[in-house]
Amino acid sequence: MTILTVKDLYKSYGDGDNRHTVVDGISFSLERGECFGLLGPNGAGKTTTLRLCLGLTVPDRGSITLVGHEVPADARQARLRIGVVPQMDSLDPDFTVEENIYVYGRYFGMSRAQVRARIDWLLDFSSLTAKRHARIGELSGGMKRRLTLARALVNDPDLIFMDEPTTGLDPQARHLIWERLKALLAEGKSLLLTTHFMDEAERLCDRLAVIDHGRLIAEGSPQALIAKHIESQVVEVYGDNASQWAGSASHLADRIEFSGETAFCYTDHPESLLQNLAGTEGLRYLHRPANLEDLFLKLTGRDMRD
Amino acid sequence: MASIYYQVPRFSLRFAPVWQRNFLVWRKLAFTSVVGNIAEPLITLVAFGYGLGSMLQNIDGVPYIAYLASGAICMSVMMATTFEALYSAFSRMHVQKTWDALLNTPLDLDDIVLAEMLWAASKSLISGIAILLVLLALGIGWFPGALLVPPLLFLVGATFASIALAINALAKGYDFFTYYFTLVLTPMIFLSGVYYPVTQLPEWLQAIAGYLPLSAAVHLVRPLLLGQMPDQVLSSLLLLLAYCVAGFYLATILTRRRLLK
Repeated sequence: MTILTVKDLYKSYGDGDNRHTVVDGISFSLERGECFGLLGPNGAGKTTTLRLCLGLTVPDRGSITLVGHEVPADARQARLRIGVVPQMDSLDPDFTVEENIYVYGRYFGMSRAQVRARIDWLLDFSSLTAKRHARIGELSGGMKRRLTLARALVNDPDLIFMDEPTTGLDPQARHLIWERLKALLAEGKSLLLTTHFMDEAERLCDRLAVIDHGRLIAEGSPQALIAKHIESQVVEVYGDNASQWAGSASHLADRIEFSGETAFCYTDHPESLLQNLAGTEGLRYLHRPANLEDLFLKLTGRDMRD
Repeated sequence: MASIYYQVPRFSLRFAPVWQRNFLVWRKLAFTSVVGNIAEPLITLVAFGYGLGSMLQNIDGVPYIAYLASGAICMSVMMATTFEALYSAFSRMHVQKTWDALLNTPLDLDDIVLAEMLWAASKSLISGIAILLVLLALGIGWFPGALLVPPLLFLVGATFASIALAINALAKGYDFFTYYFTLVLTPMIFLSGVYYPVTQLPEWLQAIAGYLPLSAAVHLVRPLLLGQMPDQVLSSLLLLLAYCVAGFYLATILTRRRLLK
């Protein structure tokens, strides 16, 4: 069953020569119980797509159906069934941890008793029971993000929107968030997340879409996307004379790309390449299977984005 | 696209939890907040009322302190509601991103603007009532008409909150609000008969003063606290209501343009 359908979505800002298309004909759909990832460099249109899906801005063209409701026309009804973890921290600094959840539940029209009945479970789920009466200023970055997640779950949503859920967190905090998200998926919740962390996408997403310049340029499961777009093996070669070496070894790989002092060699048959490297002095190398980051860089390029 | 910005505001009862949120925060700091709200007008009253009042004869047959107090209560409510709808609302909208969090729930922006407007009016009413009690303790305003003052003060609070929320929607930072205070509110205080009768002003200024919302507020509230019946009740009320409705509609349009891009 489909929980979110997006068809031919367009959104642009400005007029005349300043017209800038942020979302340029995006379509995708999300099944119940699925984790779907929107990947893309900064400014690719991920956050705008989420805002459109929530009815926070009106598309120029296209249609959105969210938990059975037309958006933006019926966005209020749709948002009753949705939880949102925004990219920017928006917790209420005037309230304690518990009060933040309580007040947020009231926005969904929940009664005092309904929210109270859920708070214990939410605090437990987000490992914040000990911080129940703490002020927001006393929380670490990871605790704040967990509280934002707990707050987003107060209405027991069917689908949770997460905009870069682990940006700015340390590895321990990220793993805890991932584990909680997997627990939600195991409960049958659906997740729509944006990220530019490939390991995050690879771990969590059943399917993902790569977005760049407002267009959807690839879609599928992480494994299928890698198999379709990328050679299966990668050899990363480091060292001062890596580029010199690559010039002589270009026939040994299907593709060689440079980033700084590293040569990335893509091939399905790395044996002769590895043999060559074993006989070359002054180079270090890493042989690994291709991953999502390789795919991402191939599709969106290695140039810096702002 | 542009047309959605200009739709007539749609109200729903969902605004209530947002009002309640602001109330819960206020409750934590209520004492300091009310003390601050009373102290400022009280200092004005003592300084001008007794200081200047001792040198002045009665104004329109009323002791100066009573004359001043009955105008200053409107000014204080105007200031209290404006501070809330500018600085505090701006913190919630722009700095703390509270409004962004609200928009992710079943609330619409119209609900949020309505809640902020009613909350600023409520908060200013609380300080207005506190000031009224202080006046009564000073022996000023012991008339049945004083019972009509709180509802009028709520309307005054709602009017200036609506205008302030429109200013809020245009602000890039807190500095912007200084212009509103120094270029709009301060001149309005001097033109609205708070400190002296409007009849002391040149005629052309009197004509302008007649259209200012604070003038209308003072015109309605002062007689009630001096044991008289206000005249031109309907036109003064309509003037306040017009500013309130127009200000609120403008505030919703400007806030939509700012946040629903």
